[in-house]
Amino acid sequence: METVPIIKIDEFLIVPVQIELNDEIMRNLQEKLVKLIKSLTPKGVLIDLSAVTMIDSFMARTIGNLASLSKLFDAKTVVVGIQPEIAITLVEMGVTLKNVTTALNVEKGMEMLRTNKNYENNNKIR
Amino acid sequence: MRTTIKSDKIPIKFENDIGLIRKYTREYSIEANFSLLDQTKIITAASELARNTFQYAKNGIATIELLKDEDKTGVSLFFKDEGPGIKDVNLAMQEGYSSISHLGSLGLGLPGAKRLVNEFYILSESGKGTEIKIIRWK
Repeated sequence: METVPIIKIDEFLIVPVQIELNDEIMRNLQEKLVKLIKSLTPKGVLIDLSAVTMIDSFMARTIGNLASLSKLFDAKTVVVGIQPEIAITLVEMGVTLKNVTTALNVEKGMEMLRTNKNYENNNKIR
Repeated sequence: MRTTIKSDKIPIKFENDIGLIRKYTREYSIEANFSLLDQTKIITAASELARNTFQYAKNGIATIELLKDEDKTGVSLFFKDEGPGIKDVNLAMQEGYSSISHLGSLGLGLPGAKRLVNEFYILSESGKGTEIKIIRWK
């Protein structure tokens, strides 16, 4: 089974999603990520979805759960790279990413995690 | 007059079948020349409904068709199962409805999926199963 890599950079975890997300992969990612957050206690987690071509409500919920779980371990989560077509589809379906802060790309996402700038505001708008 | 150009039947028995249905939907919608946005919409709707069928009915079948109607091309998916059925379809089609199952509170996502397609039909009876058809036209 393919897995999603989790990369540690300084006090952050980066999750570049390069494969199609099916249910099994999402569950394994959740399990792996929670274990790593617990053992490494990163300041933040950045999930890069720029290679993802479809997000349904289950995936959105799982991503939301990841963010909530990270929060429990005092780590902030930023999701970046959601493709416009996916964003439009999610909005039209009425699916919201609860507790999830988003940024346009990896650079902006990292900046958000490092400096805490815009992170709190982004969360409040939701 | 509506004609079917091609069609495939995909049983929904294993979790991987949800991804398989997405794959077929993508192929069909590319063949129908859908824009990327329309592809995304129908694939997402298909994924929602396929997952419902897998999670609640544990056994079902999806029929995908490439349709032609005059100069319109479309993709349709028909989900049929002999699962528990939906007790109150009207309630399920309302915003914010979610069914409580042993898996926790999970929405059926039907109103959401309906918004992503042009035609949406549902027939369901408690104890008898569910049939849902969605069509997206170019």
